[in-house]
Order: sequence, then C-alpha cells, then structure tokens
Amino acid sequence: MIGMQDVLIVAAALFFTGVVGFLSRKNLFIVFMSIELMLNAVNLTFITVARGLGQVDGQVVTFMVIAVAAAEIAIGLALVILLFKHRETLNVDAYQVMKG
Amino acid sequence: MSPLLFYFLAALAVASGLVTITRRHPLSAALSLVLCFIALAGIYGLLAARLMAILQILVYAGAIMALVIFVIMLLNVRTQDIDLGEPIGGNVAGALALCLPLFALVVWAIKRMPPHPFPAVGPEFGGIQEVGLMLYTRYAFPFEAVSLLLLAALVGVVVLAKRRFT
Repeated sequence: MIGMQDVLIVAAALFFTGVVGFLSRKNLFIVFMSIELMLNAVNLTFITVARGLGQVDGQVVTFMVIAVAAAEIAIGLALVILLFKHRETLNVDAYQVMKG
Repeated sequence: MSPLLFYFLAALAVASGLVTITRRHPLSAALSLVLCFIALAGIYGLLAARLMAILQILVYAGAIMALVIFVIMLLNVRTQDIDLGEPIGGNVAGALALCLPLFALVVWAIKRMPPHPFPAVGPEFGGIQEVGLMLYTRYAFPFEAVSLLLLAALVGVVVLAKRRFT
C-alpha cells in the first residue's frame, strides 16, 4: 500500500536532484532545467498532500505554480538568448562581473 | 493506487531527472526532462489529480519544454560551447556533500511522520469541475494575480527581445 510518505520521498529525491544539478553544472540551459526539476518536485508535494487531505487546494496551488513557471521560462529564455548573443558562450562562469 | 505502477513511474521520474543533470548536450538533457515530466503526469494521475496530469503534459511537457528545445536549436550552439570542460570531480562533490545530508535529513523527517494512507475520495476529486470551482471562488484573487503576472512576462519578453546590444 502506497502512503503519503513514499510519494513525498520521491518528491524530495527529485528536488535534491535539481539542487545538485543547479549547483554543479556550468551549462546555462542545464542550470535552467534544474530549476524546472525543483519546481516539479514541489508540485508533486502539493498534489500528494492535496490527495492525502482529500482537498483540492493543493492542486489549485500547483496550477498557479505551472503558470508562474511558464512566465519564468519565457523571461529566462529571453535572458539566455541575450546573454548568449552578448558573450557567445553558455558557460555560467563567464558571467561573473558582479562577483565581489 | 497500484504500487507496481507507482514504483515504475517514480523510478522513471528520478532516473530521467538524474539523466537530465548529467548530460553534456542540453538537447538530450531537455528530452530526458520531457520524459521526467511525463512520468510525473502519470503519478499525478495515480494521485487522482486528473486535471493537473493533463496540464502537466500540455503545458510543461508540451509548451514549456518545446520552447526550451526551440531556443536550444535557435541559438546555433557550437561544439566548443557545449563541451565546457566541466570537472566531474570538484563541483559535483561539493554539491553532493551539501545535498546528501540535507536529503537524508528530509527523508528522516518524512519517515518520522505518522503513517498516512490516502483517504478515499469521490469520483469528482481533482476533475476540472472541482478544481475550476475552487479556482474561481476561494482562489479568485491569486488567479487574477497570476493573469497579471503572465501579462507582465509577455510585455517583459517583448521589451527584452526588442533590445539590441551594440
């Protein structure tokens, strides 16, 4: 019998996969996709808890998260295109002029 | 909820997530991320979130990832841009050293929760009627705020795209 805990552990595994990718990769696109992975892990948590409580509120929040993620992707990809045109590289280490 | 199907989808989601963050070429990473999203949609379906399962495939795996793949192809990336000479030792070891204890902590906390089997829900749970009703009554204000956010993103992208670097 699958309980809430099993699904929550899967969500945690996905979230930390995203964190590791975000911290360790240098490719702008893969850093970006790691963020998507983390957002989806949070969505899975919301839907699991919604199912566990028998209320649809969590699913409504997931709906909002999907909309926010769409907006974030649109802006983020526009920025990636501009950055790539500016520096001709996908390496995030190239963009460290703000480094203190 | 069938355990076999759940374990299959969960393993598929986590494995394709791992494949995503280890690929050298962003295009193969994007494609395995699509697979991860589809597996997640399956889990949503098992959790009786039918509307969200469909939206996950339509919006995430469909629209968002199509946009990402489109941009990857549009950028006309050369081979030397992809092979960033990323060391598989240093960065990854640091990230794992940070994340594995945190992951262990989270798993420990989840395991400490009292066991919570899923309650029975009605056939309408998670369908478009129930979620839509909630969206337009209790969550009407966040819904409007999200529509404003999408408009702002639209305008912002147009402003960014019109800009020219000299």
